Amino acid sequence: MVSYLFILFGILAIGSALAVILNKSTVNSALFLVVNLISVAALYLLLQAQFLAVIQVLVYGGAIMVLFLFVIMLLNIGDEADTVFSKFTLKFLFSFLLGAVILSQLLYMVGSLSGNLPAVSEDMAVAGTVEAIGQEMFTSYLLPFEVTAILLTAAVVGAVLIAQRRIKNQDT
Amino acid sequence: MIALNWYLALSAVLFTIGVIGVLTRKNAIVILMSAELMLNSVNLTLVSFSAHLGDVHGQILVFFVLCVAAAEAAVGLAIIISIFRNNLSIDITKINLLRW
Repeated sequence: MVSYLFILFGILAIGSALAVILNKSTVNSALFLVVNLISVAALYLLLQAQFLAVIQVLVYGGAIMVLFLFVIMLLNIGDEADTVFSKFTLKFLFSFLLGAVILSQLLYMVGSLSGNLPAVSEDMAVAGTVEAIGQEMFTSYLLPFEVTAILLTAAVVGAVLIAQRRIKNQDT
Repeated sequence: MIALNWYLALSAVLFTIGVIGVLTRKNAIVILMSAELMLNSVNLTLVSFSAHLGDVHGQILVFFVLCVAAAEAAVGLAIIISIFRNNLSIDITKINLLRW
């Protein structure tokens, strides 16, 4: 059962990721990215990381994708004239070669990994519940957690400052 | 439980798709989305290692990566809006002010 679900969501994730980079329309790319993020959230559930699955859907699938779609509609971007396959240039060939090199390196690493991992007994495995993560986050990782708040505040203030119209400064 | 190798292979494939997206697309927003794809695949690696090693610390790192990704998306999209306002285009081949 679990392996069928893994195959289903894995294929869904890879297919939607391919659709993100191959689609002409930017809005369609953003919507396929939502499919990809939600199937990765389902894979988190298979790995018993419930908290991260919920956060993935809320933060990525909700907040960040709304931001993307809002910017796409604000800028009113039309479809791109050429996709990856319509105009095959040397640049695309180089990109695919580089991608193939990276993929083969990563898969070689993964292949050599088998047998090197310590065995985990069933009672040692942790479920990523809110309780288990919160216990660790608010004791050992309290300072990084608070610094995250500062980072997010700085990012939002910076985003507003960069994106606003500078009416007063225009003639200086 | 599925073997760890399958999860790692899946996230390697997703990462490569993200890399190819960054290298081939010209639309700045799609490039940002491909960067999100790469971040997401790394998160999948971290979660699968965390689940298979019985250690919750990896999932906390994923939480922080999510926070940084949210900040990155907000600032990146603000920069794209600013570029669009000056250039009337987000085609990265037309943004060539610092290019020789």
